[in-house]
Amino acid sequence: MRYAMAIDTNKCVGCGDCVVACQTENNVPHGYCRDWIVESVDGTYPSLSLEFRSERCNHCDNSPCVRCCPTGASHIEEGGIVTVTHNKCIGCGACIESCPYDARYSHPDGYVDKCTFCLHRVQKGQKPACVEVCPTKCLHFGDLDDPNSDVSLAIKDRKWKVLAPEAGTDPQLYFLT
Amino acid sequence: MKEELFVSGRNIPNIDPYLNIWHWQIPLYLFLGGLAAGILFFAGFYTVRGKANQMPATVKLAPILAPIALVLGLFALFLDLKHKLFFWQLYTTIRLESPMGWGSWTLMIITPLSFIWVASYMKELIPGWNWKFNILERFEALVIKYRVALAWVMMIYAIILGVYTGILLSAFNARPLWNTSILGPLFLVSGFSTGLATIIWISKDAKERKKLSRIDLVFIFVELFLIVHLFMGFKAGSQTAIEAANLFLGGPFTVSFWVFVVILGLVFPAVLETLELWGYHVPKWLPPVMILIGGLMFRFIIVEAGQITRYLY
Repeated sequence: MRYAMAIDTNKCVGCGDCVVACQTENNVPHGYCRDWIVESVDGTYPSLSLEFRSERCNHCDNSPCVRCCPTGASHIEEGGIVTVTHNKCIGCGACIESCPYDARYSHPDGYVDKCTFCLHRVQKGQKPACVEVCPTKCLHFGDLDDPNSDVSLAIKDRKWKVLAPEAGTDPQLYFLT
Repeated sequence: MKEELFVSGRNIPNIDPYLNIWHWQIPLYLFLGGLAAGILFFAGFYTVRGKANQMPATVKLAPILAPIALVLGLFALFLDLKHKLFFWQLYTTIRLESPMGWGSWTLMIITPLSFIWVASYMKELIPGWNWKFNILERFEALVIKYRVALAWVMMIYAIILGVYTGILLSAFNARPLWNTSILGPLFLVSGFSTGLATIIWISKDAKERKKLSRIDLVFIFVELFLIVHLFMGFKAGSQTAIEAANLFLGGPFTVSFWVFVVILGLVFPAVLETLELWGYHVPKWLPPVMILIGGLMFRFIIVEAGQITRYLY
């Protein structure tokens, strides 16, 4: 099993629903967020291209945050989901330094927090909150090992990219372009 | 032209607009760790070579500072933790892949060793010192008997500690300025140089100081050589590495790095130490103070600048 997400950058309008849904579902403290939207404008007027990306933890296969954690608080759950055990985390910040995507932050309660792909929902067979609320249906979640899952079907016939593949982390967010 | 904006209004404390999760505690620890490593290495080195009596400051007096520096460094690390009461979790696991895991265990070993080393010289340093408890007296006798073996262990751990202060940073692939294998040797050499500077400052024996100054000059030279290589490597690297180097070559850290670290912290003290070796009068405290301030600045600048550098996408 390998959970992954595909983000259709052509469909995303940058409304921010995924961000609010995540903050509500996971009780993210005010001023923090586990997912965010990047608007990327490339080129020179009049030939400009625009891309919206709903970004979050890439749940990398070769995750530097898990490798550098001195206590084992950062670990990989079934399906490749990277999570943090709160009462094992000492808040040293090593994982925050190690993440090329700046996807982790220090929670006001001391431990390091990040996107969990809504593990608590996934375990019940539900989709992550951000995927559930997306009004343009541009987020696709599922098991890459299952050829009929949402995510497998989404990336099957489309061009996609991952962010900073040169960082060698083998990220699992697929941005459909 | 490419412009990227967080349209969902991301502004997380210490993460945006650029990463700044490690403040003064980490560079201060890196400095104190390197300093202690330098002092302990040379104490061990001259003990192994049987020159403990010719080098009294190196072997007996200066090591008193090592446990103090280590304890202060450990306290700084403790202050850095955001979940402080859970710090003991470091010692309930062995994580071979985590540099910080290695570092915490190294400190767990070298800190007591440094205390034992200092304790074994207490009677020579303070006449009339007695341990009051018989078991401590017997332990002291045992340590003195096996001092050379202890010196070997201490030297090895001093090298691990010195290299570790660099590897802690260089293991972070996500920060291009740190992600270079030169950082380990560079921090080792710089740490040993600050250790030597401290011993030179403390020593009252002209012969000992002359000897240590000569070694320190070699270390300063090697450090300058490694700094040049660091930037050569970056400039020949990928775009992320080039941008990391540009922070120091025209960017916001240019003046602080080249003036305070390289010129005032390395070149100038090297010139002064050379003049002293040639017989000119140089205030005894001046070169060591410059090296120590330069070493501290070096770590602050590298930690701060490294967090600004990142992958581009």
